[in-house]
Amino acid sequence: MPTFEQFKMPDAGEGLTEADILTWRVAVGDTVEVNQPLVEVETAKSLVELPCPFDGVVIELLASEGDTVEVGIPIVVIDVDPTGAGPEATPAPESAGATPAPVTAHEHTGHGSAPEPAHAPAAAAPESADSGAVLVGYGVKAGSAHRRERAEGALEPIGGTEGAYPVFAKPPVRKLARDLGIDLSTINPSGPGGLVTREDVEQRAQAGSARTLATYPEDDQPWLESGYSTPDGRATRVPVKSVRKRTAEAMVKSAFTAPHVTVFQTVDVTATMDLVAQLKGDRDFADVRVTPLLIVAKALLLAVRRHPEVNSSWDDASQEIVFKHYINLGIAASTPRGLLVPNIKDAHRLPLRALAQKIGELTADARSGKTSPANLSDGTITITNVGVLGIDTGTPILNPGEAAILAFGAIRQQPWVHEGEIQIRWVTQLALSFDHRLVDGELGARVLADIGRVMNNPAQGLVWA
Amino acid sequence: MSATGPLSDEGLIRLLDRTGARLEDPFFSQYAKDLTDDDLRRFWREMTLTRAFDNEATSLQRQGELGLWVPALGQEAAQIGSGNAVRKPDFVFPSYREHGVALTRGIDLPVILKMFRGIEHGSWVPSEHSFHLYTLVIGAHTLHATGYAMAMDRDGLVASGKPENDGAVICYFGDGATSQGDVNEALIFAAVNNAPVVFFCQNNQFAISEPTTRQSRVPLADRGKGVGIPSVRVDGNDVIASYAVSNWALQYARSGAGPVLVEAFTYRMGAHTTSDDPTRYRTRADEAYWAERDPIARLTTYMENAGILPDEYREEVAQEAKGLGRRTRELVKTWPAPSKTEMFEHVYAEPHATVDAERAWFERYERSFLEAHS
Repeated sequence: MPTFEQFKMPDAGEGLTEADILTWRVAVGDTVEVNQPLVEVETAKSLVELPCPFDGVVIELLASEGDTVEVGIPIVVIDVDPTGAGPEATPAPESAGATPAPVTAHEHTGHGSAPEPAHAPAAAAPESADSGAVLVGYGVKAGSAHRRERAEGALEPIGGTEGAYPVFAKPPVRKLARDLGIDLSTINPSGPGGLVTREDVEQRAQAGSARTLATYPEDDQPWLESGYSTPDGRATRVPVKSVRKRTAEAMVKSAFTAPHVTVFQTVDVTATMDLVAQLKGDRDFADVRVTPLLIVAKALLLAVRRHPEVNSSWDDASQEIVFKHYINLGIAASTPRGLLVPNIKDAHRLPLRALAQKIGELTADARSGKTSPANLSDGTITITNVGVLGIDTGTPILNPGEAAILAFGAIRQQPWVHEGEIQIRWVTQLALSFDHRLVDGELGARVLADIGRVMNNPAQGLVWA
Repeated sequence: MSATGPLSDEGLIRLLDRTGARLEDPFFSQYAKDLTDDDLRRFWREMTLTRAFDNEATSLQRQGELGLWVPALGQEAAQIGSGNAVRKPDFVFPSYREHGVALTRGIDLPVILKMFRGIEHGSWVPSEHSFHLYTLVIGAHTLHATGYAMAMDRDGLVASGKPENDGAVICYFGDGATSQGDVNEALIFAAVNNAPVVFFCQNNQFAISEPTTRQSRVPLADRGKGVGIPSVRVDGNDVIASYAVSNWALQYARSGAGPVLVEAFTYRMGAHTTSDDPTRYRTRADEAYWAERDPIARLTTYMENAGILPDEYREEVAQEAKGLGRRTRELVKTWPAPSKTEMFEHVYAEPHATVDAERAWFERYERSFLEAHS
């Protein structure tokens, strides 16, 4: 009866975790002897010829040329007793696995790894990789560390730090932490097996303190606050946090969850401009600011009243569409803290003057950084007034949790065909982005058209009010 | 070989050229004249066994049995020649590639592999063989050697009036080590203290991948001039010259005349270690040039021509080499992995409370894993 031995991929360097099979120098059926070239492999460091560790006959090649094989995985099976009767009860009966003949697992106890339990399954994952050895100068590959499983509560600290688990971190990382005055045990490790990485420490350092800026003293560049200079002094890196971080997250979330569609309309708003001028002279409106934004807000509220389905949101978790019977009208505002979208609660209930007053308060609060968290939550639909920046229009991204957002462009005097003649009129562009999951193109178009109609002829508002 | 600089053959002592012809040196020939045919056969045998063992160890590393191996291929003549000039009162401080010297000091070669299997830090009693443990830190042991030599001097083991009782230290290091601070400090200490130490630098031309030309503008032996240590360059691939020069140097040191620096100019025919790929920093042509200067081939040619290497002897040694390889292979696999708590032993000579506490903690830590313990 033959006796089969496996040859496992060795670590041919210091701390290699894998190697590529380049060329087999033997074939199945070949008679081989100890130290005869078996296979040529390429490691991260060099081309290496692996000599055969046994005398015998090649039974099976377990890896093909071109394969990448982890250290510890068997690559060839050799019958070391092809002619002999062989002992009937060859060792390791529990390691029979898929191979018909008894397989003696050829253990590699060298290179500092502990003797492995004899009852390991024959074709199991790499067993000798638990040394955690690292290829000199290469570092350990993320996730390549095979850690032993720990018994729950098996090692209780018995008072003081003496009994506590050590924090796992490489010596240079420990030094970095020490230099920066950071306690490693307070860091949430992100590395494999609970290893505290250099990035973890650096992130903590940046969160904790601001470093010197690469700016000139007379510069007024508040966005560089809490940033730090790059080594060459030519750039400042500012950790992404607070409003900017939330903005980024919200934008990404919105852009990649809600399929956006934007519709555009160019509108003659001369009548709106006349109305604004008129209201400015009205005594009732003496203590509030009247702007075209007020009229566009009112127009949107009227359009929503006619098409309440647009005032809704998509609840992905419960697979429901939430139609809201209130309008919390968001106005996108550029603030010292970044982009915020405070909203006016129950805007649909407000008469025009109260709406003007609320818009005024909202903008004042936003500019002075006093916007309350309550005003930032539960918006239902939003206006972004890109026109104040002289921009014609844009394709706005939805405020998460809302189904529509209106971009209001700059109002310019332009040549316009009015009552059959080219006249100079006040013209603007409106753009409405909506969540196409719950707002169809027709609905979106109707909403925008209604807004346009009110802007074009504010008297229409009387009809719809 | 260049005409000038660290790779030139300027001042190289040579008693056997690469064609196997004996040469005479007006000074050093006398230090090899006591060599008998038996001695030469012993040199040949030791060089052959060293190489066979070396190749077996490389194979074992490639088969996963050793974590690392450091081949000495090509340096057998420098090692066997110098090692045979050592006698009992002397003391040897090797680096980590001195397998040939170890053989001359009576070390059973396979035990060297315990260190490279990662199970022991050193596997012989240095005093029994006058052969210190391998030192992995480059050049650190040159200071130990110098201190040991100074102590031998203070113990009256040098220039005692009975030359046969006198001893000296021989310390082995490589070309790369000469760029280390420790080696320069050792040379200075040895010089000013007139320490009986022979600094034996095997210039194998590479500090891992860094060629000697990146370490020095002059032959490495010239470093001795700066501190006033007499220095000799010898052809390290010539076992007879290596013996003669070492023989002289050790006698010089034993006589109380002070330190000597020997540069044995040789070539590392293999990789720095099994983790290294020399094809990345040197050419096949270079390797072919030095293959023609193989130290064993040179001695073989000479002895064949002189009729002192009979076929029976060659066959005998070939069998011995084969047996050594087989025995090494079998022995390596019988060595059990050491217990993990062994690392706490030998930290202090005597019991130590801190070490005991750390051992206790570690044992509990090990027990916290689910896997079976063996």
